[in-house]
Amino acid sequence: MTRKQRRLAFALAGLASLGAATALVLVAAGDSLVYFYTPSEVVAKHVGPGRLLRIGGLVEQGSVVKDGTTVRFAITDLTERLAVSYTGILPDLFREGQGVVAEGRMEADGRFAASEVLAKHDEHYMPKEVVEALKKSGRWQEQEGKK
Amino acid sequence: MIPETGHFALILAFVVAIVQGSLPMIGAHRRDPAWMALGTPAALCQGALIAIAFLCLIGCYVTSDFSVLAVVENSHTDKPLLYKIAGVWGNHEGSMVLWVFILGLYGAAVAVFGNHLPVPLKARVLAVQGLIGAFFLAFILFTSNPFLRVDPAPINGNGLNPILQDPGLAFHPPMLYLGYVGFSMAFSFAIAALIEGRVDAAWARWVRPWTLAAWCALTLGVAMGSWWAYYTLGWGGWWYWDPVENASFMPWLAGTALLHSAIVAEKRESLRAWTILLAILTFSLSVLGTFLVRSGILTSVHSFAADPARGIFVLVILFVLTGGSLVLFALRAGRLTDNGLFAPISREGGLLLNNLLLATGAGTVLLGTLFPMVADAFHMGKISVGPPFFNIVFLPLMVPLVLAMAVGPHLSWKRGDLPGVLSRLKLAAVAAVAMMVLTWVLDGGPSAVLYAAGGIGLATWLLLGTLAEWAERVHLFSARPGEIWRRAINLPRGAWGMTTAHLGLAIVIAGITGATAWRVEKVQVMHLGDSVDIAGLQVRLDSVEDNVPGPNYVAMRGTFTAHRGARVVAVFHPERRQFAQPPTTTTFAAIRTNLIGDLYVVLGEPDGDGGYVTRIYHNPMVPWIFGGAIIMTLGGLVSLSDRRFRVGAPPRAAARLAAAKG
Repeated sequence: MTRKQRRLAFALAGLASLGAATALVLVAAGDSLVYFYTPSEVVAKHVGPGRLLRIGGLVEQGSVVKDGTTVRFAITDLTERLAVSYTGILPDLFREGQGVVAEGRMEADGRFAASEVLAKHDEHYMPKEVVEALKKSGRWQEQEGKK
Repeated sequence: MIPETGHFALILAFVVAIVQGSLPMIGAHRRDPAWMALGTPAALCQGALIAIAFLCLIGCYVTSDFSVLAVVENSHTDKPLLYKIAGVWGNHEGSMVLWVFILGLYGAAVAVFGNHLPVPLKARVLAVQGLIGAFFLAFILFTSNPFLRVDPAPINGNGLNPILQDPGLAFHPPMLYLGYVGFSMAFSFAIAALIEGRVDAAWARWVRPWTLAAWCALTLGVAMGSWWAYYTLGWGGWWYWDPVENASFMPWLAGTALLHSAIVAEKRESLRAWTILLAILTFSLSVLGTFLVRSGILTSVHSFAADPARGIFVLVILFVLTGGSLVLFALRAGRLTDNGLFAPISREGGLLLNNLLLATGAGTVLLGTLFPMVADAFHMGKISVGPPFFNIVFLPLMVPLVLAMAVGPHLSWKRGDLPGVLSRLKLAAVAAVAMMVLTWVLDGGPSAVLYAAGGIGLATWLLLGTLAEWAERVHLFSARPGEIWRRAINLPRGAWGMTTAHLGLAIVIAGITGATAWRVEKVQVMHLGDSVDIAGLQVRLDSVEDNVPGPNYVAMRGTFTAHRGARVVAVFHPERRQFAQPPTTTTFAAIRTNLIGDLYVVLGEPDGDGGYVTRIYHNPMVPWIFGGAIIMTLGGLVSLSDRRFRVGAPPRAAARLAAAKG
């Protein structure tokens, strides 16, 4: 095999491997990208059931109801609210009035069934998505971010 | 006084780094021995100065000097000493000092052990190390000075994020950084070789041990991070495809590829340009990892501070390092011609396939990690890319890799005999298929998850293929025991290392498969005396004790017992810890492992009705993942102890040894 042929063979192998990766990415992209919405966007866009989503905002004051291992609460961006149900152990820092991000799917009744709930990691910190959600709804106050 | 000493040492180190980064380089260009010789003392001096700064910073934390801002923000007098020290790198500023400290160590190592290197090469390598150091020291001094004072000093500090108050903090970041920064050696050698316009076997012989050392540290670092997340987050999972995990996984993939292509560059004097490119990419991915984790653009426990100036600074460093070296590569790579020709089916061909798949794999992980940021920047909506993407894209690329991994080591250099090798691997193939069928049947036949059978089959194939290669080398089935023993002893350490590391990966694959396919999770409200059936055991909640004092927290501690019939198998004490400073609750899971699987018990909040939300997991084969990673690391270390790699070994002796081995 000459040097040129060999180089060509390598280039083809490289392209084949890239092609395979691209095909896989395209297959994956259809279903596995998770979009992030604020409660206002969910209402405005009439998001339907089925797709995996992330919702970010604050846990509405007084909305948390525990029923065995199932927790119902509402996520708000202080403009709109979205009812959420979740089964499992909530993160340690889940509290009313605190920032939270929930991943899950919309149900037919307009409730959001969360499969995962992420709260902030420590006192200094609010999930970026929540900050953006509050900024979008115009309810962001700078001092909240500082602490 | 201590903070000022540290700050001053850092500034001096910065100045020395600039000298180290410029004069030896100019000297090498002009062939001026005096200027070239400057690299060695400069590197030693830089290493010593950064070490002084690092010790000063540790001193500030240990003495709880609350006139220093970083200490106020991240420490507290209540903290146990271990976390006062480990807390030094539990925050942005300190972790960057650790980063440059390790860089200084590596630079000093070249200065000390590099006496057998050609003088201009050594000068250039040290100069590149100096430049990297200068960039990062500037970053520390201008955007994240750890020695800033506050006046008036507060009485006490804010404390360390309790999630980080874990022995893992003492080992995970230093290991990870030893890996990340260790790839700077391969990078510096690559740049020096590009400037010189030539790469020889001596070059590759130098690059290999450093890459191997960095790889060992990174393997262990990534595994430790995964283990830490596993036991500390209380979710029972060990890998989330979180961007921060990906940030450490990408350099690992590229570094693994580099490790293998450097073998070809050394032994066959082939694939040189590609090896150089990989060295550049691996270190770039390491810096990118630092950028992703430290810039605050990610939402994670690791993003300590969201200061845009810092993110931009690291981005500029990344741009200059990567962009500059890629331009240099484009200009000079044409000069690096290869000597060794080889057929596609050969050991070289196998290693090339390994490189292609690993590089493509790293590329897809990079795509999945960066895509949400790109989408956000271009207002395409907020997107997160989660495990489904990586499972669909990354895992299929690894299947051919593992299939080929059992075959590659059997092939001879230059031109391999694939049918011959495959016929020798017949037994392994039969056994792998048998294991697949067995797994499928035991797992419930038609209702079984298919990937479980596939994963176990792959692991078996790799395990037996690797063992077969070793057996052939020592003539296990054809020689007398004494002869086998003699051959096993005389086998080069490099071969032992390869066999060990590949076996380790087989164990990891089996572990990942089992942990994913057969995990059982039970979430429920339990009252005292309630039992849950899991994995053939009854786990009973016996009692919950409140206000159990810890060193700097109070805990609610549950007592669970696992029974098989009437016999008590294990006792669990999971806790919910309430920290006072900062006021935070953390979950401390209780895990019992028997090396085959883990039983993992988490105590949740009381439901106000005398019950407690609890989560109990049976995680089969999870210990195999971490055990396998440790075996891989051991393999790397065994290989590193090979005589040929002995740092500073005279080149002639190494050449004679290589000749003797044929």
